[in-house]
Amino acid sequence: MSESYALKTGDNGTVAIQLIGRIDHHGAARLLKQLQGEVKQREPKQVTVDLNRVTFFDDFGLLVLFQLRDHLNKQEVPFRLVQPPPKVAEILARTSFDDPDMCSPLPHAHRDNTVVRLGAATIQFYNSLNFVISFLGSVILAMLHVIRHPRDLRVGDTIVLMQKVGVDALPIVAMISFLLGLIMAFVSSMQLEQFGASIFVARLVALAMVSELGPIMTAIVVAGRSGSAFAAEIGTMRISDEIDALFTMGFSPTLFLAVPRILAAMIMVPLLTLFSDIFAIAGGMVISVSMMNLTVATYIDQTLKALTLFELMWGLMKSVVFAALIAWVGCLRGFQVRGGSSEVGNAATSAVVSGIFLIILFDSIFAVIRSYW
Amino acid sequence: MENNDRTIIEVRDLEARYGETTILKDVNIDVRAGEILAVIGGSGCGKTTLLKHMVGLSRPYGGHITIDGIDITNGDEKSFARALRKIGILFQGGALFSSMTIAENVALPLRAFTDLPPDAVGTLVRMKLCSVDLGGYEHHLPSELSGGMIKRAALARSLALNPEILFLDEPTAGLDPVISAEIEALIMRINHQFRTTMIIITHSLDIIYEVAHRVVMLDKSAKGIIAQGDPKELRRSSPNAVVRQFFNRQANLSKRSTWQP
Repeated sequence: MSESYALKTGDNGTVAIQLIGRIDHHGAARLLKQLQGEVKQREPKQVTVDLNRVTFFDDFGLLVLFQLRDHLNKQEVPFRLVQPPPKVAEILARTSFDDPDMCSPLPHAHRDNTVVRLGAATIQFYNSLNFVISFLGSVILAMLHVIRHPRDLRVGDTIVLMQKVGVDALPIVAMISFLLGLIMAFVSSMQLEQFGASIFVARLVALAMVSELGPIMTAIVVAGRSGSAFAAEIGTMRISDEIDALFTMGFSPTLFLAVPRILAAMIMVPLLTLFSDIFAIAGGMVISVSMMNLTVATYIDQTLKALTLFELMWGLMKSVVFAALIAWVGCLRGFQVRGGSSEVGNAATSAVVSGIFLIILFDSIFAVIRSYW
Repeated sequence: MENNDRTIIEVRDLEARYGETTILKDVNIDVRAGEILAVIGGSGCGKTTLLKHMVGLSRPYGGHITIDGIDITNGDEKSFARALRKIGILFQGGALFSSMTIAENVALPLRAFTDLPPDAVGTLVRMKLCSVDLGGYEHHLPSELSGGMIKRAALARSLALNPEILFLDEPTAGLDPVISAEIEALIMRINHQFRTTMIIITHSLDIIYEVAHRVVMLDKSAKGIIAQGDPKELRRSSPNAVVRQFFNRQANLSKRSTWQP
């Protein structure tokens, strides 16, 4: 049987409560509620609590006493403890039961006012901008260093990362591009057929993919797969002090961690883009051949007529830039992690969002450059 | 030790493996209610593996473990959940939830497993944190605290529901001597007041000699227990040379650390 209590009302309005048995976390809440109910109902002039028949008493029991005393104090009813048994007295003494401060509830977290928070946010923004710029600088310096001293590049790491960024992403990039080619050919054929111009589907798919959609789609897939992975990996290293360990051992964390990732992405993303272009053109061809009575030869012929080497190179050049941006921002978000594991999650999310934003931003810049070419 | 000698944790013929490697075999331990048991042994001897099996984080390859009569190795989720309510665990690194403040970390089990009103939970959290000397740090995030403070906050969290059994993985490792002594005193006080059973994994001689009632010593090459009993007696008169060597070498090491070049 868990705890219970006995209650006696004296003539002068004194209510004597005797607590009985075990008072632990199982029954503390119920007991507290019952006692508060009794007090409310009987409106005593004084309350005494007797703990002599308590068999187990811990801080949940203390809490019951604290809360009851607090409740009575608010109604200005005196509260008195009957001489408790030695073991309970020891617990009471240790928590300085008589100190009214002890039973005060948890203070609320201090919240700064709007002006202070705005100021803090501004300073934080300035600091993070500072960090972004210095990280950009350190990456550029590390890259230049690798060009001058190629032996300092961690080739083994770079090759493993190339596999992760490139080879492992090939199935998903291929499938997405193939389906994209199918969709583009299908939608455009419905329009072009009205003008008897279905043959131009091949040109449309080829041009759209090679100069715009191929690089962008591939970059977005890589940002989702690898950008977030870079941020999470480096962020975890950050909170487990591995980056500090690298630094104190005399390694440059940028050279050690960021450069292999950025290089791997810059080498593999253009190759992925090339595959993406090829698979999209194949997708377009499937629709054209099966639904529009074009022959495979005509489709390929039309594709080759539309594409120039410049167009292909322009697309690949864009994908190199996108790759550098994705990997750079992924590493940046990783290095920016402070605090605990939840920050690693935020960094991974932020790496993808910033990566995609940068891809679109730079694609717009390329479009403007192209139009003034 | 007070009146009863009830066995609260029973480990029977435990065999633990990681993949093909056998870490522990034929491990039998009876933990009596209210005792402080220290689990000791060199690095890699399976202390943490034993702990993980005792709290049900790992499934044993063979053997059984019961907590207060509940077999936690038979795969029954309901009885396992019942057993979990009886235990508290202090992990080596604290394992505080990094997205929550210290107060929220301690309040989490109180909110989930008691019906106390929010202000009572707040008061209790304050009491718990004061008992580990962290009053005033309620609204700090774990990342804003030092290693010792994180450990103390984690201890407060593991004590939130005053569990019958407390598992402590290296409670004083990495702490300064003053705080270590305070934690040792806290462990002894909790054991004395609430008769909480404690299983402590440790390398600390202070805990082995001053706090523990009994030690269990594991050994890597024996893949199991090579000695159990009163630590002082083991040091003096264990028939096993490895055990005596362990105790003495530890003593030597602590002497050697005072050597100055």
